[in-house]
Amino acid sequence: MSPRREVWITGVGFISSLGEGLEANWARLSAGNSTPSYDDQKFAPFIVHPLAPVSFDSQIPKKGDQRQMELWQRIGVYAAGLALSNAGVAGNAEILDRMDMITAAGGGERDIAVDSAILSGIRTAANPGAFLNERLLSDLRPTLFLAQLPNLLAGNISIVHGIVGSSRTFMGEEAAGVDAMRLTFERVAAGQSDISLVGSAFHGTRWDLLLVTELAGNLLKDKFAPVWDRGQHGGLALASMGASLVVESKEHAEKRGAKPLARIVAIQSDRNRRKPGEIEATIAREWAAIEPKVKRSEAVVISGASGLEPPTAEEKNALKKIGLPVRATGTHIGHGFDTQFLANLAIACETLRQGKLFPASGSGDTGESPGKITQVAVTSVGNWRGEGIGLIEKIA
Amino acid sequence: MAYATKDKAGRPVIAVTGIGIITSLGTGKEDNWKKLVAGQSGIRRITRFPTDGLRTTIAGTVDHEYEPGMAPSVMTEKIARTVGEEAIAQAGIGSKGRFPGPLFLAMAPIELEWPHRFDLAGATGANETVSYADLVRVATQPRFAPYFEMSKYGIVGEHLADHFGTEGSPISLTTACASGGTAIQLGVETIRRGDCEVALAIGADTSVTPESLVRFSLLSALSAQNDPPEQTSKPFSKNRDGFVLAEGAAALVLESMEHAQARGAKILGIVQGCGEKSDNFHRTRSSPNGRPIIGCMQNAFTDAGISPDDVDYINAHGTSTPENDKMEYTGVAAVFGERAQRVPISSNKSMIGHTLTAAGAVEAVFTLLTIQNQRIPPTINHKVPDPAIPLDVVPNVARDAKIRTAISNSFGFGGQNVCLVLAGEPA
Repeated sequence: MSPRREVWITGVGFISSLGEGLEANWARLSAGNSTPSYDDQKFAPFIVHPLAPVSFDSQIPKKGDQRQMELWQRIGVYAAGLALSNAGVAGNAEILDRMDMITAAGGGERDIAVDSAILSGIRTAANPGAFLNERLLSDLRPTLFLAQLPNLLAGNISIVHGIVGSSRTFMGEEAAGVDAMRLTFERVAAGQSDISLVGSAFHGTRWDLLLVTELAGNLLKDKFAPVWDRGQHGGLALASMGASLVVESKEHAEKRGAKPLARIVAIQSDRNRRKPGEIEATIAREWAAIEPKVKRSEAVVISGASGLEPPTAEEKNALKKIGLPVRATGTHIGHGFDTQFLANLAIACETLRQGKLFPASGSGDTGESPGKITQVAVTSVGNWRGEGIGLIEKIA
Repeated sequence: MAYATKDKAGRPVIAVTGIGIITSLGTGKEDNWKKLVAGQSGIRRITRFPTDGLRTTIAGTVDHEYEPGMAPSVMTEKIARTVGEEAIAQAGIGSKGRFPGPLFLAMAPIELEWPHRFDLAGATGANETVSYADLVRVATQPRFAPYFEMSKYGIVGEHLADHFGTEGSPISLTTACASGGTAIQLGVETIRRGDCEVALAIGADTSVTPESLVRFSLLSALSAQNDPPEQTSKPFSKNRDGFVLAEGAAALVLESMEHAQARGAKILGIVQGCGEKSDNFHRTRSSPNGRPIIGCMQNAFTDAGISPDDVDYINAHGTSTPENDKMEYTGVAAVFGERAQRVPISSNKSMIGHTLTAAGAVEAVFTLLTIQNQRIPPTINHKVPDPAIPLDVVPNVARDAKIRTAISNSFGFGGQNVCLVLAGEPA
């Protein structure tokens, strides 16, 4: 077994309801809750975080490519392009030809109009089975299938940006995002990959997702509040966002003269059955595994709390025991399932660069920004599963 | 004969110590193998739902595992559990409810199905039109609560992890038609890293629904020659016109050779190497120059430390679409040179259809059985050879052969390609 290699993040691409790119997002985060990015009208009484205006043309120049994708794929391809540019490898055919990729992706948006017409018409159809077949055959667009398939986010990233070393897509919401990052980190550390893109996209402001989320009564409704303070059952605000990171071995990055944004220290993921107390116990266990590497006086936590209860309260308890300063991003960018962990790693990279935390918002955003920040721990507590934690640090 | 525990690159050798399989031919490796080498087809008429108005009315359904009203995710879980149990029992590893390694699960995406939407619509009380806003309004009624978990991508992996007691976060993945191969590759990589000694790789797909049939039809991917069903899938034939959608599942227990030999496990074969190469030409079509397919096979040879001359058999992706089979030939011809016409290549899909995300795992299991039995399953329905594909496709009848090393190809929509190198007794 070859010794583990040092692993760097050398590129980040991020878009959310707050804006396009890390700097725009940081500017809005730094302004605290003064200019919230949520929309409580379009899907009232439900509250969502729609994507900020984005000029897709700059990363997806061909209109034909854009037409072949649904919005969630455009978001992901766009964020991947930003990350590749940020890492200085966009258009570098030699590197892209051997670059690996893991995406975390769910499915794309259904054709709401087609579904509604079928649901309306089938009740009076003489032969319901035949009616369904006929309507699907005549009304579904051929391209829609490809725009819905999870692995076609990666497929479109390959087509638009040229990453063709390898391509894998993990499914399973927040857990998929954490595991995509974990396995990317482990592969690079072990020498199974020199340079990889890990990416995800989520388009949450759509009716079919409101439906499946509300099956458990999980949507935030009526009144906005920070994720920590959303009442007994809590609620999550569906959001649209895209995040990608270029992950690279130190040797590979140095050889091409790339500047690191951060070093990855550890990525932990695990499973629990969500019995009372299990989320807190899982976070505590994952924290215990990375704690020996934490420099307490210079470390902070970026939380992935969704606002759902009891998971958010359990995370709050766990973080209280850990005792580092905490900021949750969900209050500002909403909840993006598969994409949330990568989004928070992106924000963590910017936190290292800025050397300070954004202002607190809500009862779980505890502690003051230390004078110096060299480490950021990022948590994931999924809407249903997906407890994970990552630790990145500044490279002196 | 003892196997080496490290490969030429100094990495752990990966043994396969358990396999399990379900296809339209049957459940379990004995039944499947017997029918496969007999050249029997599992393709049949769809009886599970009305096919009125559909262009394609046949599929490789696993009717013998289906229960009326079963949602696809529930059936995926059932057959995945069955093949996993078969593989773990054969490997004789762990204890009941405690498998000492991670789970990598290749499966199709999950979403709410039409019967669920109809139930929700029925509760809305809407008179004229039913909108999604209406569905959301009734979503919190207690009787719909079970639909929440049924709509979760992670639910199958979660239940399997509970059932088998696998370690850590179960990985559910898709690389379209290459998914099964990717699940195996992820397991191999994890053991090579030294993260674990054993891993469970499963591929399972039960995508035969009206909407899936329509979606693949709209991509012009499916054969519309419905009569007779068992003669529809004809890979490498001149009159091939599309693949046949099919269900199936397979499981492999992957284990470091050192661990397997230390506990005296029977070695069924080894995964000598894996190769990938993505295609960025088009969303559903391969690069006309075949470069990604060629690169994928070459990467697998490099990873396995072998040359094309070492390959005794090719388990083809062989979907029976005009495009795939032509491109697979182009790739094989380029990689194998003048030897291409002599290396036997056959397509299991001629008999079982295309099991989509399960195919890579299903066909890896069949390839291991091919090596174990030293007998090559045929490409059936090969009556009109395609002169543009001059390959030895083992037409219509199984054949005995000396096979030490074989490759299994999987090429997916979206450009994701995987090639596995599988081997038997040490050379």
